[in-house]
Amino acid sequence: MRRRWLINISIYISLLLLALCFLAPIVLMVVGSLKPDAKVLIEAGSLKAVLPDQLSLQNYSDVFTRVDFMRYLLNSLLISGSIVVVGLAVNSLAGYAFARMQWRGRDLMFALVLMIMIVPLEAIAVPLFYEVTLLGWRDTYIVQIVPFIANAFSICLFYTFFLGLPRELEEAARIDGAGVFRTFVSIIVPNAKPVFATVAILTFLMQWGAFLWPLMVTSGEAVRPLPLGIAAFYTLPPLQWGDIFAFGVMMVAPILILFLLFQRWFVRGVAATGIKG
Amino acid sequence: MRSHPTAWLFAAPALFGLLAFVALPFVLAIGLAFTNLRLGSPLPTEFVGLEQFRRIFADDAFLRALLNNTSFALVVVPLQTGLALLLALLLNRRLAGMTWFRTLFFMPVVFPLSLVAVVWVLIFAPGANGMMNAMLEVVTFGIWMPRDFLHDPVLALPAIMLTSIWQGMGFQMVIILAGLQAIPHELYEAAAIDGASRWRQLVHVTLPQLRNTLIFVVLVTTILSFRLFDQVQIMTQGGPHNATTTAMYEAVQAAFSRQQVAKGSAITVVLFVIVLLIAWLQRRLLRQEREIV
Repeated sequence: MRRRWLINISIYISLLLLALCFLAPIVLMVVGSLKPDAKVLIEAGSLKAVLPDQLSLQNYSDVFTRVDFMRYLLNSLLISGSIVVVGLAVNSLAGYAFARMQWRGRDLMFALVLMIMIVPLEAIAVPLFYEVTLLGWRDTYIVQIVPFIANAFSICLFYTFFLGLPRELEEAARIDGAGVFRTFVSIIVPNAKPVFATVAILTFLMQWGAFLWPLMVTSGEAVRPLPLGIAAFYTLPPLQWGDIFAFGVMMVAPILILFLLFQRWFVRGVAATGIKG
Repeated sequence: MRSHPTAWLFAAPALFGLLAFVALPFVLAIGLAFTNLRLGSPLPTEFVGLEQFRRIFADDAFLRALLNNTSFALVVVPLQTGLALLLALLLNRRLAGMTWFRTLFFMPVVFPLSLVAVVWVLIFAPGANGMMNAMLEVVTFGIWMPRDFLHDPVLALPAIMLTSIWQGMGFQMVIILAGLQAIPHELYEAAAIDGASRWRQLVHVTLPQLRNTLIFVVLVTTILSFRLFDQVQIMTQGGPHNATTTAMYEAVQAAFSRQQVAKGSAITVVLFVIVLLIAWLQRRLLRQEREIV
């Protein structure tokens, strides 16, 4: 029994040490955002980085006077939000068609979806950039939303989930004379909340941090999302770390709050990507 | 087995999106890579065969980029997977507070990479004031001399590696944790009856049972290593002297700063071939497993 006790104590100690390492950058950011700019860099190497002697919200108001933070935030919300909402509808319908309906070309199309799943955005970014240039879409919201609505991975997650639903659900609805679409909306969707939550969270997580694509296709501030905002703010002279960290805290706050509220779903969503493999 | 008239309507929007924004650019990439297309160039676009590929493979910056991606994978994949496995094993016990630790280790995953990169620029700040420099000075009892990590040809890439491990570890940890929880309890009970020690249980039960999960995690992280871009763009812009450039950084530089769409496409085709090889390897390894069982 004593040995077991010793093992548990050593597990806690190693976890605590690792937790300190993982927490340090976050604490540095949050505390730095509350300190006078000049002190952030000077004190970064000392204990004062985490135990400041004076705190203020000055940096937060500075962010709003130095850049149009609200604009970046609303752009990010609009872009990520549209991709999530429209994506849920489009990909769940496709997943359902693959899982529960008979149609010509289904197997061929499903093979295509599986193939597309391994193509990362990076591998097609340049020709896609050329394509949207020809379409005249550069510097718009559309260019940041439309290409990412259909998602092979989301389709597969829906497909797998719908395959596992009992067939009796639909049969009961069909006897009542409901059409396919009505059956889907009123019977299938309410029974598939977990997969909708998983897909919504994964999609939002990916899109909120999108950097490469917006960097390639936008040049003005008007339609740029938060990740480009912080990259630009960080190079905007004078270099004021307190302001940059205040920007960072406000940028991560929405997704962090979502994460803390719906933790179980985040973890389940990420774990789902692994089970699929 | 009759065809459903509305099925096509259900699938059409998604299929259209995938064809127009993944399949078409993919075909376009292969097509463009064999031309000399430059946006805004007065010269007519011509078919140039393998010329672009010959050029990128004679380009020192691109070769350096491939080398950097490879060393990134060779360092980050084992370190990150090892750390994730260790943490998952520690967390997979019925002790109080484990959910708290899981939340904490997973938290960096929700941080956008651009923000993570900016925060770590300050951590790697030059001079004795920098957090990393100060920490290294303490743990080496003053032997460490302050360095300018991000402008140091030797230390810049490791700095980016560390940043990436911090952000990505939680992702793997959660997948491995799910894998651990799927291992049937009877296996451990049987091992315990046979008198197997904790260590032997780990080697003979846990690791073989986790095989597929680990293959998945390793290969996904390897693919991510070849997609590396955000951290490089923000922290070092490929420098100093290409010490941190990556294939994707070179592709964006070509297509975007120099308008060389054809060259950028050729680079992304190479990138895709690498990803395809890794995915093929994964499928082979997983199939092998199924044949054994």
